[in-house]
Formats: sequence, C-alpha cells, structure tokens
Amino acid sequence: MPTFYGTQVSSRLMLGTAQYPSPSVLAEAFRRSGAGIATVSLRREAAGGGAGQSFWDLIRDLGVPVLPNTAGCHSVREAVTTAQMAREMFGTDWIKLEVIGHADTLQPDPFGLVEAARILSDDGFKVFPYTTQDGILAGRLLDAGCEVLMPWGAPIGTGLGLNDLYGLRTLRAQFPDVPMVIDAGLGLPSQAAAAMELGFDAVLLNTAVAKAGDPAAMAEGFARGLEAGRLAYEADPMEPRDMAAPSTPVLGLAVLE
Amino acid sequence: MKITVNGESRDIAATTLDAALAELGYGEARVATAVNEGFVPSAARPGTTLSEGDRVEILAPRQGG
Repeated sequence: MPTFYGTQVSSRLMLGTAQYPSPSVLAEAFRRSGAGIATVSLRREAAGGGAGQSFWDLIRDLGVPVLPNTAGCHSVREAVTTAQMAREMFGTDWIKLEVIGHADTLQPDPFGLVEAARILSDDGFKVFPYTTQDGILAGRLLDAGCEVLMPWGAPIGTGLGLNDLYGLRTLRAQFPDVPMVIDAGLGLPSQAAAAMELGFDAVLLNTAVAKAGDPAAMAEGFARGLEAGRLAYEADPMEPRDMAAPSTPVLGLAVLE
Repeated sequence: MKITVNGESRDIAATTLDAALAELGYGEARVATAVNEGFVPSAARPGTTLSEGDRVEILAPRQGG
C-alpha cells in the first residue's frame, strides 16, 4: 500500500464525502470499498446550526484519516488561509491543495499552486497538490516541498477518465519514486484499473461514486478495479504487438484439407 | 459596531473575536475563524480585537471531494 509523508494508508482508494444521497449511503460506500482516506472541506457555519459537528461525528465514525481540501480557492491567499483553518479544525497537517485557475474547467493555476505549496510546506504542512500531468510543474512542486503529486485524470466531475495517457505515462516515468495519486475525472472502475496499470499509487474520486445509482456498489467496484489494475502492474504485463501471434501451438496441427 | 460575518452585515457589541462568537450564538460550536482573510487560531481569539468593517469568516467541517 502507498506511503504518503511516512504514513502508510490502508487502501489505494481515496474517497470524497460530498454529493451522496444520504449520510448512511456515504458510510456504506466507505464500508464496502474499504477506502483508506476521506476528503473533507470547510464551509461557512450558521450560528446554532450544528451542521459542522454532525458531519464531523459522521466522519469520525468512518475510522479513516481525513484529507482536508482547499476546494473552491482561486487565490494563493484563500488557499493558504483555508489550509491553516483546516489544520486547526481537523487536527491534521495534511492538505489537499487546490488553487483553481478557471471556473469552468477547474484546471489548477500552476503558478498559484507552486507559490501556495511553498508557503504551506515551509509552514509545516504535508501538501497533496491537485495538479496536471505537466512534468515541469511537477518538478517545481517537488522543489517547493511536496512529497506527493496528485495529477488529474480529467477535469473534476467529468467522469472522462485518463484524458492524456501519454502525459500521465511520461509523468510517472519522470518521477518513478514519488507517490502519485490520480485525482479527479474518473467515472468508471476500468479507468481506475488503467491508472494502476500505469503505475500510479492511488486514485482520489468522489462524483463517480456519489452520483452512481448505487454508490456503495460503485465504490466496491472501484476498489476491485484498483486491485485488478495493481495486480496487473506488479505482474509485468506482456508487450503489445501489431500482428497476431497464435497462442495455440502450430506444431502438430492436423492436415484435414 | 458593524462587521461582516460570513458575508452578512451584523451589528455587535463585542469588541474581541471570542466575545463576538458568543454574542452571535456560536457558543461552543466547532468552528475555525479568519478575520480580514487571515487565519485566527482559536487560542488567539480573546486577544483579537475587532474594528468597524472587519470581515469575519466562521467555518466548520463539511463534505468535500
């Protein structure tokens, strides 16, 4: 199982906690998938509402480590302040760093991302940056103190899968020893399996599970896809070839013409 | 004194952040705070003086992806 900042996690599945039809369905999705990390956020609290406390109780009952995010932050200042608030609120120095560059694509702002990653790393955070497949940006994030990279498969919430296989394969090869999580854009377990076959260490997803007709079944499907893909990666797959090669022996074939 | 709390204008008598939280009804709620876009740790709330027009954000755990 992957190790992030010295902590080994129990699963290659990191699962979001948003958009489920009910808290019980959320809990069932975690139970059936064995997801090893739950992503969470901070939002405005109404006086006397108690929404934060009830959600926090639900998450604690899941029994998995939390990874707070800075979702929705478009500036370095917003992301850094949100991360600082999350560290106090959730009692963890892990932060899924999002600095969004465009509201429609939710593409990371690479310049703000590196700046925020440096500020937070210098402040003792263990930063999980939501990034792209860009290898130069990856290098800058590592220089800024990140020890994990989270390249997107496709834009958040699209379910399009691994949009740039060449870019992801190159990124994996360029930094073979850096733990990498495919974060966002996955829609199906086969896409998670493909990420494993490419040698990625984990996936982080939310919408594909929460918006499925049966979220708990889909969560389990993703867990199985991850297991299958990882086994394949470790089993050293065959090299593809263009022309057919018979698998049944040619020698000894009867002559019946 | 008029301040902005989570984007809404509020009139409060309190002059420190911890007193403002109590006056606004947050009591012992599990929240994290920022004033004028800067994080204020819970331990620093009693010593954080509020001024007219300050922007206060009061956040709590929520679902996230």
